[in-house]
Amino acid sequence: MSHLFGHDQPLNVRAGGGQTPSFVGAFDPRVRVVAACVFAIIVVALHQIEFALAALGLAAITMSLTDLPLRVTLKRMAAMDGFIIVMLVMLPFTTPGTPMVTILGAEASQEGLMHAILVGIRANAVVLMMLSLLSGMTPVALGHTLYRLKCPPVLVHLMMFTVRYISVLHDEYHRLRMAMKLRGFKARNNAHTYRSFGYLFGMLVVRSLERAERVLEAMKCRGFSGHFPMIDDMAFRGRDGVFAVFFLVLITALVILDRTYVFAY
Amino acid sequence: MHIVDGALAPEVLIGGGVLAVAGLGLGLRKLPIDKIPATGVLSATFFVASLIHVPVGPSSVHLIMSGLAGLVLGWTAFPALFVGLLLQAIFFGFGGLTVLGVNTVNIAFPAVLAGLLFRGMVSRSNPVTAAVLGGCAGAFSIALTTVFVAISLALSGDGFVPAAKLVFFAHIPIMVVEGLVSAAAVYLIAKVKPSLLQPADSISDFQMQAAALRAKQAGEASNG
Repeated sequence: MSHLFGHDQPLNVRAGGGQTPSFVGAFDPRVRVVAACVFAIIVVALHQIEFALAALGLAAITMSLTDLPLRVTLKRMAAMDGFIIVMLVMLPFTTPGTPMVTILGAEASQEGLMHAILVGIRANAVVLMMLSLLSGMTPVALGHTLYRLKCPPVLVHLMMFTVRYISVLHDEYHRLRMAMKLRGFKARNNAHTYRSFGYLFGMLVVRSLERAERVLEAMKCRGFSGHFPMIDDMAFRGRDGVFAVFFLVLITALVILDRTYVFAY
Repeated sequence: MHIVDGALAPEVLIGGGVLAVAGLGLGLRKLPIDKIPATGVLSATFFVASLIHVPVGPSSVHLIMSGLAGLVLGWTAFPALFVGLLLQAIFFGFGGLTVLGVNTVNIAFPAVLAGLLFRGMVSRSNPVTAAVLGGCAGAFSIALTTVFVAISLALSGDGFVPAAKLVFFAHIPIMVVEGLVSAAAVYLIAKVKPSLLQPADSISDFQMQAAALRAKQAGEASNG
């Protein structure tokens, strides 16, 4: 999973070097971050299944305009659905309302089922939109974008450090794990396994902190004064404005219709 | 442990967001510019912890290690864990954007609390006692996290109450495993690098003493 944060990722803001970005990927990252946030907030506030489905459709259209691999994205969505499936299955049985079917003496109510479907659609819509708007960015580009959106610089620097060292420490973890394997370690359900994992993680913490000390010294040698120069070429162009207005109109219409229009059935 | 977008009531989302911003503000104020590399590297370490799968019964769970994060980082565990959750949400789709505040509070606040409760005792005791206390801190922070998750679900609607109870009971084995793994990790750290578990000011005391000692020795060397 940490391939996203691998060593070979470009450390500059423009992703993929000479590659031409996809239709969605060509928009200003700031617009994409803000759009994803606004979309999430609006979708969470939707009350009717029909409009939540429309939001999911909007996310799917956006997805089709990116160059993300379809299978990977769907897999991630399925992983997210795995988290909530238990809750969704339980909801119909725990919400009071019109009884629909009875399974093993438990009554499933229609209201509960509708609520579960609504929650599921909203969750999928938000995640799909977020993945299609943001996951094409490199983590470094995300850091620059947040910096340009006036996030606290300390937080952005912290994030950039984290991004930089995830792959390094993941490799370190694999090295330690390989050493354990060579000594015949196999993960089982016993105290020895948990103790070994504890030692493994403790060692990882110790090593990472020693690495951090070396990093700080090296940075001070190079004149680190508490501020990283953030050099990027983000520009808010005409098409970003068009996208922003179009997106805003679409989701405002969605939320207004959700509150006013009632389907007759 | 992650709650997804769309499940919680707006009031809970807003409340979580406000608390998360407050915690982030406090954590960032305790984060001097010199500490950013160490905190960032540790934040990456705790991100890697979430990629480590440990067998529990027939299945496996990933480590969270928030108790240890609180012990090592104190209040700065809040921004450190927030960064990890943000990256997971955006690049892996775990959790969501609107619940980011709630998720951060649910995971980082118990970590900070575990740190505040156990750090003083851990730093004063020998490795074995430190390991026991560290294990308690690890289990405690996971227990509190599940309670927080249950509360945020229960506040969002009565229909979620059974799910909230289920979340709590399903996490009891995870609490035990986290406790055991944290205990072993603290034992190792207490043996190998005890300064990691000392409060920040006593470290600087130690460093100043060491510097003074070195200066003295340097002076003596030139005399001799």
